[in-house]
Amino acid sequence: MKPENLLTFSDVTFSYDGEEGQRVKVLKGVDLSIAKGSFVSVLGHNGSGKSTLAKLMNALLLPEGGKILVSGVDTKDGEMIWEIRRHVGMVFQNPDNQIVGATVEDDVAFGLENMGVDPKEMRNRIDEALLSVGMEKYALAQPYRLSGGQKQRVAIAGIMAMRPSVIILDEATAMLDPQGRQEVMHLARRLNREEGITVVNITHFPEEAIDSDRVIVMENGEVLMEGHPAEVFSQVDRLQQAGLDVPFVVRVRHELIAKGYDLPFELHQEELVEHLCRLLLTR
Amino acid sequence: MLQNIAIGQYVPGQSFLHRADPRSKLLFIVLFATLVFLGNNTITHSILIGFTLFTILLSRLSFTYILKSLKPVWFLILFTVILHIFMTKGGTVYYQWGSFTIEEQGVRQAIFISIRLGLLILFSSLLTLTTSPMDLTEGLERLLRPFGRIGVPVHEIALMMSIALRFIPTLMEETDKIIKAQTARGADFTSGNLVRRAKNLIPIAIPLFISAFRRAEELALAMEARGYRGGVGRTRLNKLQFTWRDVAIAVVAAALTFVIWWWRT
Repeated sequence: MKPENLLTFSDVTFSYDGEEGQRVKVLKGVDLSIAKGSFVSVLGHNGSGKSTLAKLMNALLLPEGGKILVSGVDTKDGEMIWEIRRHVGMVFQNPDNQIVGATVEDDVAFGLENMGVDPKEMRNRIDEALLSVGMEKYALAQPYRLSGGQKQRVAIAGIMAMRPSVIILDEATAMLDPQGRQEVMHLARRLNREEGITVVNITHFPEEAIDSDRVIVMENGEVLMEGHPAEVFSQVDRLQQAGLDVPFVVRVRHELIAKGYDLPFELHQEELVEHLCRLLLTR
Repeated sequence: MLQNIAIGQYVPGQSFLHRADPRSKLLFIVLFATLVFLGNNTITHSILIGFTLFTILLSRLSFTYILKSLKPVWFLILFTVILHIFMTKGGTVYYQWGSFTIEEQGVRQAIFISIRLGLLILFSSLLTLTTSPMDLTEGLERLLRPFGRIGVPVHEIALMMSIALRFIPTLMEETDKIIKAQTARGADFTSGNLVRRAKNLIPIAIPLFISAFRRAEELALAMEARGYRGGVGRTRLNKLQFTWRDVAIAVVAAALTFVIWWWRT
Protein backbone atom coordinates (compact mmCIF):
# COMPACT_ATOMS: atom_id res chain seq x y z
CA MET A 1 0.00 0.00 0.00
CA LYS A 2 1.29 3.41 -0.92
CA PRO A 3 1.49 5.75 2.08
CA GLU A 4 -0.98 8.57 2.13
CA ASN A 5 0.33 11.99 1.18
CA LEU A 6 -0.13 14.62 3.83
CA LEU A 7 1.21 17.58 1.91
CA THR A 8 1.12 17.94 -1.85
CA PHE A 9 2.59 20.79 -3.87
CA SER A 10 1.68 20.85 -7.54
CA ASP A 11 3.44 23.35 -9.78
CA VAL A 12 3.60 25.95 -7.01
CA THR A 13 4.99 29.37 -7.87
CA PHE A 14 5.54 32.29 -5.55
CA SER A 15 7.16 35.69 -5.88
CA TYR A 16 7.45 38.83 -3.84
CA ASP A 17 8.17 42.48 -4.56
CA GLY A 18 11.87 43.19 -4.66
CA GLU A 19 13.47 46.34 -3.40
CA GLU A 20 13.42 48.02 -6.78
CA GLY A 21 9.78 47.26 -7.48
CA GLN A 22 10.44 44.24 -9.63
CA ARG A 23 8.93 40.84 -8.92
CA VAL A 24 11.38 38.34 -7.53
CA LYS A 25 10.50 34.74 -8.23
CA VAL A 26 11.16 32.65 -5.16
CA LEU A 27 9.50 29.41 -6.23
CA LYS A 28 9.42 28.43 -9.87
CA GLY A 29 7.00 25.57 -10.17
CA VAL A 30 7.63 23.24 -7.25
CA ASP A 31 6.17 19.73 -7.29
CA LEU A 32 6.55 17.64 -4.20
CA SER A 33 4.66 15.47 -1.80
CA ILE A 34 5.30 14.50 1.77
CA ALA A 35 4.05 11.16 3.01
CA LYS A 36 2.22 10.79 6.29
CA GLY A 37 4.46 9.72 9.16
CA SER A 38 7.70 10.43 7.33
CA PHE A 39 10.70 12.49 8.38
CA VAL A 40 11.69 14.76 5.53
CA SER A 41 14.61 17.17 5.42
CA VAL A 42 14.67 20.15 3.10
CA LEU A 43 18.16 21.40 2.37
CA GLY A 44 19.16 24.56 0.57
CA HIS A 45 21.26 27.64 1.13
CA ASN A 46 19.91 31.12 1.80
CA GLY A 47 17.55 32.36 -0.86
CA SER A 48 16.83 28.92 -2.26
CA GLY A 49 13.16 29.31 -1.37
CA LYS A 50 13.10 26.78 1.44
CA SER A 51 11.64 29.14 4.05
CA THR A 52 8.94 30.28 1.64
CA LEU A 53 8.15 26.62 1.15
CA ALA A 54 7.56 26.30 4.90
CA LYS A 55 5.27 29.31 5.12
CA LEU A 56 3.21 28.02 2.21
CA MET A 57 2.62 24.76 4.06
CA ASN A 58 0.39 26.27 6.73
CA ALA A 59 -1.21 29.03 4.72
CA LEU A 60 0.88 31.85 6.19
CA LEU A 61 1.52 32.53 2.52
CA LEU A 62 -0.72 31.53 -0.35
CA PRO A 63 0.70 30.27 -3.65
CA GLU A 64 0.65 32.56 -6.63
CA GLY A 65 0.19 29.71 -9.06
CA GLY A 66 -0.38 26.02 -8.58
CA LYS A 67 -1.98 24.25 -5.69
CA ILE A 68 -1.08 23.08 -2.21
CA LEU A 69 -3.11 20.40 -0.50
CA VAL A 70 -2.90 19.68 3.23
CA SER A 71 -4.64 16.36 3.94
CA GLY A 72 -6.63 16.97 0.78
CA VAL A 73 -7.65 20.54 1.71
CA ASP A 74 -6.58 23.42 -0.52
CA THR A 75 -4.71 26.08 1.48
CA LYS A 76 -6.59 28.72 -0.50
CA ASP A 77 -9.81 27.61 1.14
CA GLY A 78 -10.36 30.52 3.52
CA GLU A 79 -12.78 28.63 5.74
CA MET A 80 -10.34 25.84 6.47
CA ILE A 81 -7.37 28.07 7.25
CA TRP A 82 -7.55 27.59 11.05
CA GLU A 83 -7.94 23.86 10.69
CA ILE A 84 -4.87 23.81 8.42
CA ARG A 85 -2.83 25.82 10.92
CA ARG A 86 -3.82 23.45 13.68
CA HIS A 87 -2.70 20.48 11.58
CA VAL A 88 0.55 22.03 10.46
CA GLY A 89 2.57 23.32 13.38
CA MET A 90 5.58 25.53 12.80
CA VAL A 91 8.71 26.12 14.84
CA PHE A 92 10.65 29.19 13.77
CA GLN A 93 14.31 30.06 13.86
CA ASN A 94 14.54 32.55 16.70
CA PRO A 95 13.41 30.96 19.96
CA ASP A 96 12.82 34.34 21.63
CA ASN A 97 10.52 35.68 18.98
CA GLN A 98 7.92 32.95 19.01
CA ILE A 99 7.16 32.68 22.69
CA VAL A 100 4.05 34.65 23.57
CA GLY A 101 3.40 33.54 27.14
CA ALA A 102 5.06 34.89 30.26
CA THR A 103 5.44 31.36 31.63
CA VAL A 104 6.11 28.09 29.85
CA GLU A 105 2.62 26.85 30.64
CA ASP A 106 0.97 30.07 29.42
CA ASP A 107 2.85 29.78 26.19
CA VAL A 108 1.84 26.19 25.58
CA ALA A 109 -1.73 27.29 26.27
CA PHE A 110 -1.64 30.06 23.64
CA GLY A 111 -2.55 27.88 20.65
CA LEU A 112 -5.25 26.09 22.63
CA GLU A 113 -6.73 29.39 23.77
CA ASN A 114 -6.90 30.47 20.15
CA MET A 115 -8.78 27.30 19.31
CA GLY A 116 -11.24 27.92 22.12
CA VAL A 117 -10.49 24.70 23.99
CA ASP A 118 -12.24 24.23 27.34
CA PRO A 119 -9.92 25.20 30.27
CA LYS A 120 -10.18 21.75 31.91
CA GLU A 121 -9.27 19.95 28.71
CA MET A 122 -6.53 22.55 28.18
CA ARG A 123 -4.91 21.62 31.50
CA ASN A 124 -4.67 17.95 30.46
CA ARG A 125 -3.31 18.73 27.04
CA ILE A 126 -0.66 21.12 28.39
CA ASP A 127 0.59 18.58 30.92
CA GLU A 128 0.65 15.92 28.23
CA ALA A 129 2.50 18.16 25.76
CA LEU A 130 5.10 19.26 28.31
CA LEU A 131 5.67 15.65 29.28
CA SER A 132 6.17 14.65 25.67
CA VAL A 133 8.96 17.21 25.22
CA GLY A 134 10.44 16.56 28.67
CA MET A 135 9.80 20.08 29.99
CA GLU A 136 7.23 19.18 32.66
CA LYS A 137 9.51 20.45 35.45
CA TYR A 138 9.56 23.91 33.89
CA ALA A 139 5.79 24.45 33.58
CA LEU A 140 5.88 27.62 35.67
CA ALA A 141 9.31 28.86 34.61
CA GLN A 142 9.77 32.13 32.77
CA PRO A 143 10.84 31.49 29.18
CA TYR A 144 13.70 33.98 29.11
CA ARG A 145 15.52 32.00 31.77
CA LEU A 146 15.61 28.85 29.62
CA SER A 147 18.34 27.80 27.23
CA GLY A 148 17.82 28.04 23.48
CA GLY A 149 17.21 24.31 23.13
CA GLN A 150 14.69 24.38 25.97
CA LYS A 151 12.86 27.33 24.41
CA GLN A 152 12.53 25.44 21.15
CA ARG A 153 11.23 22.42 23.03
CA VAL A 154 8.61 24.67 24.64
CA ALA A 155 7.66 25.90 21.17
CA ILE A 156 7.28 22.29 20.07
CA ALA A 157 5.14 21.56 23.15
CA GLY A 158 2.88 24.47 22.18
CA ILE A 159 2.36 22.78 18.85
CA MET A 160 2.01 19.26 20.24
CA ALA A 161 -0.78 20.44 22.53
CA MET A 162 -2.79 21.34 19.42
CA ARG A 163 -2.52 17.71 18.25
CA PRO A 164 -0.99 18.42 14.84
CA SER A 165 -0.28 15.91 12.12
CA VAL A 166 2.89 17.60 10.91
CA ILE A 167 5.56 19.74 12.54
CA ILE A 168 7.65 22.00 10.35
CA LEU A 169 10.99 23.03 11.78
CA ASP A 170 11.88 26.18 9.86
CA GLU A 171 15.61 26.36 10.60
CA ALA A 172 14.65 25.75 14.20
CA THR A 173 18.19 24.74 15.12
CA ALA A 174 20.05 27.50 13.28
CA MET A 175 20.46 29.73 16.34
CA LEU A 176 21.18 26.99 18.86
CA ASP A 177 24.44 25.71 20.29
CA PRO A 178 25.43 22.13 19.42
CA GLN A 179 23.80 20.76 22.54
CA GLY A 180 20.52 22.59 21.92
CA ARG A 181 20.56 21.43 18.31
CA GLN A 182 20.96 17.86 19.44
CA GLU A 183 18.12 18.21 21.97
CA VAL A 184 15.73 19.51 19.35
CA MET A 185 16.67 16.97 16.67
CA HIS A 186 16.46 14.13 19.17
CA LEU A 187 12.99 15.27 20.19
CA ALA A 188 11.81 15.65 16.59
CA ARG A 189 12.97 12.10 15.80
CA ARG A 190 11.26 10.69 18.86
CA LEU A 191 7.95 12.44 18.11
CA ASN A 192 8.18 11.12 14.56
CA ARG A 193 8.87 7.56 15.65
CA GLU A 194 6.71 7.27 18.74
CA GLU A 195 3.78 9.58 18.10
CA GLY A 196 3.65 9.21 14.34
CA ILE A 197 4.03 12.96 13.74
CA THR A 198 5.23 13.86 10.27
CA VAL A 199 8.31 16.07 10.50
CA VAL A 200 9.57 18.46 7.86
CA ASN A 201 12.97 19.78 8.89
CA ILE A 202 14.12 22.78 6.89
CA THR A 203 17.79 23.29 7.51
CA HIS A 204 21.17 24.09 6.10
CA PHE A 205 23.00 21.57 8.24
CA PRO A 206 23.46 18.45 6.06
CA GLU A 207 24.27 16.49 9.23
CA GLU A 208 20.64 16.80 10.35
CA ALA A 209 19.40 15.17 7.16
CA ILE A 210 21.35 11.92 7.51
CA ASP A 211 18.68 10.00 9.35
CA SER A 212 15.64 11.29 7.50
CA ASP A 213 13.44 9.18 5.30
CA ARG A 214 13.81 11.61 2.44
CA VAL A 215 15.89 14.61 1.53
CA ILE A 216 14.70 17.39 -0.74
CA VAL A 217 17.37 19.78 -2.01
CA MET A 218 16.18 23.21 -3.06
CA GLU A 219 18.18 25.42 -5.34
CA ASN A 220 17.11 28.73 -6.82
CA GLY A 221 13.39 28.17 -6.35
CA GLU A 222 13.34 24.65 -7.73
CA VAL A 223 13.70 21.13 -6.41
CA LEU A 224 17.24 20.18 -7.41
CA MET A 225 17.37 16.68 -5.97
CA GLU A 226 15.07 14.44 -4.06
CA GLY A 227 15.38 11.01 -2.55
CA HIS A 228 16.83 8.86 0.20
CA PRO A 229 19.76 10.53 2.01
CA ALA A 230 22.17 7.95 0.61
CA GLU A 231 21.08 8.69 -2.96
CA VAL A 232 21.25 12.44 -2.53
CA PHE A 233 24.49 12.67 -0.63
CA SER A 234 26.30 10.28 -2.96
CA GLN A 235 26.20 13.05 -5.58
CA VAL A 236 28.80 15.12 -3.80
CA ASP A 237 29.95 17.13 -6.81
CA ARG A 238 26.46 18.14 -7.79
CA LEU A 239 25.65 19.29 -4.26
CA GLN A 240 28.87 21.22 -3.98
CA GLN A 241 28.18 22.94 -7.27
CA ALA A 242 24.89 24.13 -5.79
CA GLY A 243 26.91 25.62 -2.95
CA LEU A 244 25.81 23.03 -0.43
CA ASP A 245 27.85 21.10 2.03
CA VAL A 246 27.60 17.35 2.51
CA PRO A 247 27.80 15.50 5.83
CA PHE A 248 31.30 15.22 7.22
CA VAL A 249 31.44 11.44 6.77
CA VAL A 250 30.49 11.69 3.11
CA ARG A 251 33.08 14.40 2.53
CA VAL A 252 35.85 12.40 4.16
CA ARG A 253 35.06 9.36 2.04
CA HIS A 254 34.80 11.47 -1.10
CA GLU A 255 38.23 12.94 -0.56
CA LEU A 256 39.79 9.61 0.36
CA ILE A 257 38.42 8.08 -2.83
CA ALA A 258 39.91 10.94 -4.81
CA LYS A 259 43.23 9.95 -3.23
CA GLY A 260 42.78 6.39 -4.48
CA TYR A 261 41.39 4.56 -1.47
CA ASP A 262 38.54 2.16 -1.90
CA LEU A 263 35.70 2.81 0.53
CA PRO A 264 31.99 1.96 0.38
CA PHE A 265 29.43 4.77 0.74
CA GLU A 266 28.42 5.46 4.33
CA LEU A 267 26.37 8.11 6.11
CA HIS A 268 27.29 7.38 9.70
CA GLN A 269 30.55 8.00 11.39
CA GLU A 270 30.78 4.66 13.22
CA GLU A 271 30.56 2.70 10.00
CA LEU A 272 33.13 4.80 8.23
CA VAL A 273 35.48 4.41 11.17
CA GLU A 274 34.97 0.65 10.97
CA HIS A 275 35.87 0.63 7.28
CA LEU A 276 38.88 2.80 7.87
CA CYS A 277 40.15 0.51 10.62
CA ARG A 278 39.70 -2.50 8.40
CA LEU A 279 41.54 -0.72 5.61
CA LEU A 280 44.37 0.06 7.97
CA LEU A 281 44.63 -3.58 9.10
CA THR A 282 44.56 -5.11 5.63
CA ARG A 283 47.14 -2.82 4.17
CA MET B 1 23.25 48.55 35.25
CA LEU B 2 20.02 47.36 33.70
CA GLN B 3 19.24 44.56 36.10
CA ASN B 4 17.90 46.87 38.79
CA ILE B 5 14.62 48.04 37.36
CA ALA B 6 11.96 46.12 39.20
CA ILE B 7 8.82 47.10 37.30
CA GLY B 8 7.60 44.27 35.13
CA GLN B 9 9.76 41.71 36.87
CA TYR B 10 7.44 39.21 38.42
CA VAL B 11 8.90 37.27 41.34
CA PRO B 12 6.99 34.00 41.70
CA GLY B 13 5.81 33.20 45.21
CA GLN B 14 3.01 31.84 47.33
CA SER B 15 2.29 34.76 49.65
CA PHE B 16 -1.12 36.24 50.36
CA LEU B 17 -0.46 38.96 47.81
CA HIS B 18 0.69 36.52 45.17
CA ARG B 19 -2.43 34.46 45.47
CA ALA B 20 -5.00 37.24 45.63
CA ASP B 21 -7.07 37.89 42.51
CA PRO B 22 -5.45 40.46 40.19
CA ARG B 23 -8.77 42.25 39.84
CA SER B 24 -8.96 43.02 43.54
CA LYS B 25 -5.31 44.06 43.56
CA LEU B 26 -5.89 46.43 40.64
CA LEU B 27 -9.00 47.93 42.19
CA PHE B 28 -7.18 48.28 45.48
CA ILE B 29 -4.38 50.22 43.83
CA VAL B 30 -6.86 52.63 42.28
CA LEU B 31 -8.39 53.16 45.72
CA PHE B 32 -4.96 53.46 47.33
CA ALA B 33 -3.89 56.13 44.83
CA THR B 34 -7.01 58.10 45.69
CA LEU B 35 -6.37 57.73 49.41
CA VAL B 36 -2.77 58.81 49.02
CA PHE B 37 -3.96 62.09 47.57
CA LEU B 38 -6.76 62.44 50.11
CA GLY B 39 -4.29 62.20 52.96
CA ASN B 40 -3.18 65.70 53.89
CA ASN B 41 -1.54 65.61 57.29
CA THR B 42 1.15 63.84 59.27
CA ILE B 43 -1.20 61.24 60.74
CA THR B 44 -2.72 60.12 57.45
CA HIS B 45 0.69 59.96 55.81
CA SER B 46 2.08 57.93 58.69
CA ILE B 47 -0.85 55.54 58.42
CA LEU B 48 -0.25 55.15 54.68
CA ILE B 49 3.48 54.57 55.16
CA GLY B 50 2.74 52.02 57.88
CA PHE B 51 0.23 50.30 55.66
CA THR B 52 2.67 50.14 52.75
CA LEU B 53 5.34 48.62 54.99
CA PHE B 54 2.83 46.07 56.23
CA THR B 55 1.93 45.16 52.63
CA ILE B 56 5.59 44.76 51.73
CA LEU B 57 5.98 42.37 54.68
CA LEU B 58 2.90 40.51 53.46
CA SER B 59 4.44 40.01 50.04
CA ARG B 60 7.43 38.20 51.64
CA LEU B 61 9.73 39.85 49.12
CA SER B 62 13.11 41.26 50.02
CA PHE B 63 12.82 44.83 51.21
CA THR B 64 15.86 46.09 49.34
CA TYR B 65 14.65 44.50 46.12
CA ILE B 66 11.41 46.45 46.31
CA LEU B 67 13.19 49.68 47.20
CA LYS B 68 15.15 49.33 43.99
CA SER B 69 11.94 50.09 42.11
CA LEU B 70 12.28 53.67 43.36
CA LYS B 71 15.58 54.08 41.59
CA PRO B 72 14.33 55.14 38.16
CA VAL B 73 12.04 57.78 39.68
CA TRP B 74 14.53 59.33 42.11
CA PHE B 75 15.07 62.18 39.75
CA LEU B 76 11.37 62.91 39.41
CA ILE B 77 10.93 62.92 43.18
CA LEU B 78 13.94 65.16 43.68
CA PHE B 79 12.70 67.52 41.01
CA THR B 80 9.25 67.93 42.56
CA VAL B 81 10.81 68.36 46.01
CA ILE B 82 13.01 71.20 44.77
CA LEU B 83 10.13 72.77 42.92
CA HIS B 84 7.92 72.73 46.00
CA ILE B 85 10.58 73.96 48.39
CA PHE B 86 11.21 77.05 46.29
CA MET B 87 7.82 77.76 44.79
CA THR B 88 5.26 77.01 47.51
CA LYS B 89 4.88 79.88 49.94
CA GLY B 90 3.18 80.28 53.31
CA GLY B 91 3.87 79.83 56.99
CA THR B 92 7.12 80.59 58.79
CA VAL B 93 10.01 81.76 56.65
CA TYR B 94 12.94 79.42 57.30
CA TYR B 95 15.49 81.04 55.06
CA GLN B 96 15.72 84.23 53.12
CA TRP B 97 18.19 85.42 50.55
CA GLY B 98 17.00 88.46 48.65
CA SER B 99 13.61 87.76 47.10
CA PHE B 100 14.30 84.08 47.44
CA THR B 101 12.70 82.27 50.40
CA ILE B 102 12.14 78.82 51.78
CA GLU B 103 8.93 78.70 53.76
CA GLU B 104 7.15 76.23 56.01
CA GLN B 105 4.42 75.29 53.53
CA GLY B 106 7.01 74.61 50.86
CA VAL B 107 8.95 72.16 53.00
CA ARG B 108 5.74 70.52 54.17
CA GLN B 109 4.45 70.11 50.62
CA ALA B 110 7.81 68.84 49.43
CA ILE B 111 7.84 66.13 52.09
CA PHE B 112 4.25 65.12 51.47
CA ILE B 113 4.61 65.01 47.71
CA SER B 114 7.73 62.88 47.85
CA ILE B 115 6.02 60.49 50.29
CA ARG B 116 3.01 60.27 47.99
CA LEU B 117 5.06 59.62 44.87
CA GLY B 118 7.23 57.10 46.70
CA LEU B 119 4.23 55.22 48.09
CA LEU B 120 2.52 55.10 44.70
CA ILE B 121 5.62 53.74 42.99
CA LEU B 122 6.23 51.21 45.77
CA PHE B 123 2.65 50.04 45.68
CA SER B 124 2.43 49.66 41.95
CA SER B 125 5.73 47.80 41.79
CA LEU B 126 4.38 45.53 44.53
CA LEU B 127 1.55 44.75 42.15
CA THR B 128 3.83 43.84 39.26
CA LEU B 129 6.21 41.95 41.54
CA THR B 130 3.50 39.72 42.95
CA THR B 131 1.29 39.33 39.90
CA SER B 132 2.36 37.46 36.80
CA PRO B 133 1.99 39.61 33.69
CA MET B 134 -0.56 37.16 32.33
CA ASP B 135 -2.72 37.42 35.46
CA LEU B 136 -2.35 41.16 35.42
CA THR B 137 -3.52 41.58 31.86
CA GLU B 138 -6.28 39.09 32.35
CA GLY B 139 -7.41 41.05 35.41
CA LEU B 140 -7.37 44.25 33.38
CA GLU B 141 -9.20 42.62 30.53
CA ARG B 142 -11.93 41.41 32.85
CA LEU B 143 -12.22 44.73 34.65
CA LEU B 144 -12.42 46.68 31.42
CA ARG B 145 -14.73 44.26 29.64
CA PRO B 146 -17.81 46.48 30.05
CA PHE B 147 -16.04 49.11 27.91
CA GLY B 148 -15.86 46.57 25.08
CA ARG B 149 -19.52 47.24 24.43
CA ILE B 150 -18.83 50.83 23.54
CA GLY B 151 -16.15 49.85 21.06
CA VAL B 152 -12.99 49.86 23.19
CA PRO B 153 -10.68 47.07 21.90
CA VAL B 154 -10.19 45.59 25.37
CA HIS B 155 -8.75 42.24 24.30
CA GLU B 156 -6.22 43.84 21.96
CA ILE B 157 -5.07 46.31 24.60
CA ALA B 158 -4.65 43.51 27.15
CA LEU B 159 -2.69 41.40 24.68
CA MET B 160 -0.47 44.33 23.76
CA MET B 161 0.28 44.89 27.42
CA SER B 162 1.07 41.28 28.12
CA ILE B 163 3.39 41.08 25.11
CA ALA B 164 5.12 44.28 26.14
CA LEU B 165 5.65 42.87 29.62
CA ARG B 166 6.81 39.53 28.28
CA PHE B 167 9.42 41.24 26.10
CA ILE B 168 10.87 43.52 28.77
CA PRO B 169 13.48 41.00 29.97
CA THR B 170 14.34 40.01 26.39
CA LEU B 171 14.88 43.60 25.32
CA MET B 172 16.83 44.34 28.50
CA GLU B 173 19.23 41.54 27.69
CA GLU B 174 19.50 42.86 24.19
CA THR B 175 20.22 46.41 25.40
CA ASP B 176 22.94 45.05 27.64
CA LYS B 177 24.48 43.25 24.68
CA ILE B 178 24.33 46.34 22.48
CA ILE B 179 25.91 48.49 25.19
CA LYS B 180 28.73 45.99 25.52
CA ALA B 181 29.15 45.77 21.76
CA GLN B 182 29.29 49.55 21.41
CA THR B 183 31.63 49.88 24.37
CA ALA B 184 33.92 47.35 22.73
CA ARG B 185 33.95 49.63 19.68
CA GLY B 186 35.06 52.54 21.82
CA ALA B 187 31.76 54.20 22.70
CA ASP B 188 31.68 55.99 26.03
CA PHE B 189 28.42 56.14 27.95
CA THR B 190 29.59 57.32 31.33
CA SER B 191 31.31 60.65 30.81
CA GLY B 192 30.47 64.05 29.38
CA ASN B 193 27.59 66.37 30.15
CA LEU B 194 23.91 65.52 29.93
CA VAL B 195 23.48 66.47 26.26
CA ARG B 196 26.53 64.48 25.30
CA ARG B 197 25.34 61.46 27.21
CA ALA B 198 21.90 61.66 25.64
CA LYS B 199 23.55 61.80 22.24
CA ASN B 200 25.62 58.78 23.11
CA LEU B 201 22.44 56.80 23.63
CA ILE B 202 21.58 56.99 19.94
CA PRO B 203 23.88 54.12 18.96
CA ILE B 204 22.04 52.02 21.54
CA ALA B 205 18.52 53.11 20.66
CA ILE B 206 18.74 52.57 16.91
CA PRO B 207 19.87 48.93 16.90
CA LEU B 208 17.43 48.22 19.71
CA PHE B 209 14.51 49.64 17.76
CA ILE B 210 15.46 47.86 14.57
CA SER B 211 15.63 44.58 16.38
CA ALA B 212 12.37 45.25 18.21
CA PHE B 213 10.63 45.76 14.89
CA ARG B 214 12.07 42.54 13.57
CA ARG B 215 10.99 40.70 16.69
CA ALA B 216 7.50 42.13 16.38
CA GLU B 217 7.23 40.92 12.82
CA GLU B 218 8.40 37.44 13.66
CA LEU B 219 6.19 37.22 16.71
CA ALA B 220 3.14 38.24 14.69
CA LEU B 221 3.95 35.50 12.21
CA ALA B 222 4.42 32.93 14.97
CA MET B 223 1.14 33.94 16.57
CA GLU B 224 -0.69 33.62 13.30
CA ALA B 225 0.91 30.23 12.69
CA ARG B 226 -0.56 29.13 16.01
CA GLY B 227 -4.03 30.14 14.96
CA TYR B 228 -4.37 33.55 16.60
CA ARG B 229 -7.36 35.41 15.23
CA GLY B 230 -8.31 38.02 17.79
CA GLY B 231 -10.31 37.79 20.97
CA VAL B 232 -13.52 36.28 19.59
CA GLY B 233 -14.10 32.68 20.62
CA ARG B 234 -10.94 32.57 22.69
CA THR B 235 -10.81 30.69 25.98
CA ARG B 236 -8.34 31.20 28.81
CA LEU B 237 -6.26 28.66 30.69
CA ASN B 238 -6.63 30.20 34.12
CA LYS B 239 -10.07 31.48 34.91
CA LEU B 240 -9.95 34.11 37.61
CA GLN B 241 -11.77 33.26 40.78
CA PHE B 242 -12.47 35.42 43.83
CA THR B 243 -11.54 33.74 47.12
CA TRP B 244 -11.56 34.62 50.81
CA ARG B 245 -8.39 36.63 50.15
CA ASP B 246 -10.35 39.03 48.00
CA VAL B 247 -13.00 39.40 50.66
CA ALA B 248 -10.19 40.24 53.10
CA ILE B 249 -8.81 42.81 50.68
CA ALA B 250 -12.24 44.39 50.33
CA VAL B 251 -12.61 44.65 54.12
CA VAL B 252 -9.12 46.14 54.49
CA ALA B 253 -9.91 48.61 51.70
CA ALA B 254 -13.07 49.74 53.46
CA ALA B 255 -11.25 50.06 56.79
CA LEU B 256 -8.37 52.01 55.28
CA THR B 257 -10.74 54.39 53.49
CA PHE B 258 -12.60 55.00 56.74
CA VAL B 259 -9.42 55.61 58.74
CA ILE B 260 -7.97 58.02 56.20
CA TRP B 261 -11.28 59.86 55.89
CA TRP B 262 -11.51 60.14 59.67
CA TRP B 263 -8.03 61.54 60.22
CA ARG B 264 -7.70 63.86 57.28
CA THR B 265 -8.15 67.54 57.94
